[in-house]
Amino acid sequence: MRKTFLPLAGVLTAALMMTTACSGSDDKGSAGGSTTKPGEKVELTYWTWAPNMDKVVEGWNTAHPDIHVTVNKQDGGDPAVTKLLTAIKAGSGAPDVMQAEYQKIPTLVSANAVTDISKEAGSLKSKFPDSAWNAVTLGSEALYGVPQDSGPMMFYYRSDVFQKLGLDGPKTWDDYAADARKIHAANKKQYLGTFSANDPGWFAGLSQQAGASWWGINGDTWSVAINEPNTQKVANYWGGLVQEGVVDNKPMYTPEWNAALNDGTQVGWVSSVWGPGVLDGSAKNTKGKWKAALMPQWDAASPANGNWGGSATSVTSQSKHKAEAAQFIAWLNTDPAGIQALVTQANVYPASVDSSAALTSPPAFFADQSDFYSIAAESAKITKPFTYGPNVNVAYSSYNDAFGKAAQSKKAADFPAALATMQQTTIDDMKNTGFKVSG
Amino acid sequence: MTALTAFPTSTRTPRVDSRGGRKAGAPYLFLAPALILFVLFLLAPILYSAYLSLRRVKVSGLGLGVGSRHEVWAGLSNYVRSMTDPDFLPSVYRVLAYGMIVVPTMLGLALLMALLLDAGRTRVGTFARTAIFLPYAVPAVVASLLWGFLYLPRVSPITDLLTSVGLTPPDLLSDSWVLYAVANIAVWGGTGFNMIVLYTALRSIPTDLFEAARLDGASDIQIAWRIKIPIVLPSLIMTFVFSLIATLQVFAEPMTLRPLSNTISTTWTPLMKVYRDAFTRNDVYSAAATSVVIALATFVVSFGFLKLVGNRAFNQED
Repeated sequence: MRKTFLPLAGVLTAALMMTTACSGSDDKGSAGGSTTKPGEKVELTYWTWAPNMDKVVEGWNTAHPDIHVTVNKQDGGDPAVTKLLTAIKAGSGAPDVMQAEYQKIPTLVSANAVTDISKEAGSLKSKFPDSAWNAVTLGSEALYGVPQDSGPMMFYYRSDVFQKLGLDGPKTWDDYAADARKIHAANKKQYLGTFSANDPGWFAGLSQQAGASWWGINGDTWSVAINEPNTQKVANYWGGLVQEGVVDNKPMYTPEWNAALNDGTQVGWVSSVWGPGVLDGSAKNTKGKWKAALMPQWDAASPANGNWGGSATSVTSQSKHKAEAAQFIAWLNTDPAGIQALVTQANVYPASVDSSAALTSPPAFFADQSDFYSIAAESAKITKPFTYGPNVNVAYSSYNDAFGKAAQSKKAADFPAALATMQQTTIDDMKNTGFKVSG
Repeated sequence: MTALTAFPTSTRTPRVDSRGGRKAGAPYLFLAPALILFVLFLLAPILYSAYLSLRRVKVSGLGLGVGSRHEVWAGLSNYVRSMTDPDFLPSVYRVLAYGMIVVPTMLGLALLMALLLDAGRTRVGTFARTAIFLPYAVPAVVASLLWGFLYLPRVSPITDLLTSVGLTPPDLLSDSWVLYAVANIAVWGGTGFNMIVLYTALRSIPTDLFEAARLDGASDIQIAWRIKIPIVLPSLIMTFVFSLIATLQVFAEPMTLRPLSNTISTTWTPLMKVYRDAFTRNDVYSAAATSVVIALATFVVSFGFLKLVGNRAFNQED
């Protein structure tokens, strides 16, 4: 098996070397490039939290005896960023290559933790959808990573419950609200979903679908648009459903929520392409009763979507082997062998547009739904662009607190008020740190 | 590290014959391990925090380019910001209310159990003592997860039990109950330790005192109230101060329960605010300012209290 990687990887390496050679002519050996002498073996370290990444990397190491990558498993997106920022502040200890969630990239760039690899990997643009590429360039000429996986939002629901009540899967958010009412009316204990004040990424995805982009860059000024009409529409919608009591107001990812999925109290989940893995763990008893679908739409005539989750692979500013690191990243995220390994070993949904060959059979939890990955592809295709700012962490923790209060109060009027708090907190923080900001 | 330069150098210390050098140096030599550890792991971090609390990051423009971020002096602006944060005072009041529930309940229970164990000297085996002490050995995070499961209505056996006898169980993580829910975990985890401290103090009371009292016709309750409690008062004061400090620093329990409900915010206690600022907002400077304030408050409260009770806890001869 492994031997088949060799020719492919060889071609890719050659192609990469050519692109670096072509684009590197005006480079005059500045910050980029490598300090390695020819013939010397290069050692790269790689921080990631995706499962089985060491096995994925084995494929690379076998095919590239001169560039050896060591995987260092991390706890998850947030702790890895905290660790990296500490290492950057300390001046040493950072890895060469780092997995970074899309929403963290502006923070990492602002802290000068990741380096621009546009010369080494800029030619990969055509391999990725615009929304993913925009997330790693921040709309600039620079390139702060190569997209790895994306998390287009998807809707999962209990088809048996829908069938019993004579309902179809919801096509629009109006349908979703109507279905939520009918389901809750038929069984007071059942809910079609929950509004989770613990998952700011989820709410950001919903707002992205509605057409929001919470941050923006205009020349040398940031803009913040959290409290804007599209997001207000989303907040009002969920606030109304929570006040009516037809969706739950408890956070996701609690023991209680797991139990609710498993015992049929929660009969729908507004989630993302990686949802099946979670359902597999928490809703075992209901396997085979669920259906995956496109997200409910605001306007069925022009379908749109948002992301919840997804990450890129970046080269850190402390790496002494930028070229080799970029070469490894390109293999991992665009080479058919790399993508295949990502799908089968690490269970991620690749961001690359050439991933359909690797995505043949549906995930185990949806074994009966053969069109799972064509729905996922459709969900990814209609994803709207969204720009993250340099203080996503501040906005997100403000979401936790402000929407926690709103969800607990169950008053629809508190939801738009929570948005106003988020906007204010985010702008105040940016102004206080010295960013040029408007809005 | 500058503190180390004041420290006598090795050429002075071990010399035996140089005019009293031995007398002056020997104590320092013996103190050296403790002093070095103290300076490296307590004093230096404290000074560094104080330094950080006077600094801040200033970015220019978009803040994306190399060198667009600078650390500059901030004066007292971090302190002003952290004190005027609308979330800060509510978190302080919350902790005060929490302390008023936890400290009396925990110490009351600990004293009661210690007296009961002591009264039954030979009859009660070590089993009861171990059973009461055991929760203290459970790490706060684990304890909070365990209790979290018991609090969540859908997975809680308590709810099942109450429902089966026809009662409507309260949502223990709702606004009106959550303070008690967190306090309960602290009481559960802390009673055992305080009980052992008080019990040990009780055991060191000479038995002839009780025998004399008993001959004079004193009941067990009178013995407890008039002899035992006054004698263990210094221990009681010491456990009170420890509990007070632990209260001001409450963190692990609400932090672990937070993702389970909407009612615990990221700034629910002052230390949670420090954590949020440092690790969620990546603003170690204002986190350092808040920590300095908390440290000073803890210092003032505990030493103020000791002063008030006349140092009885630590100078038992008084």
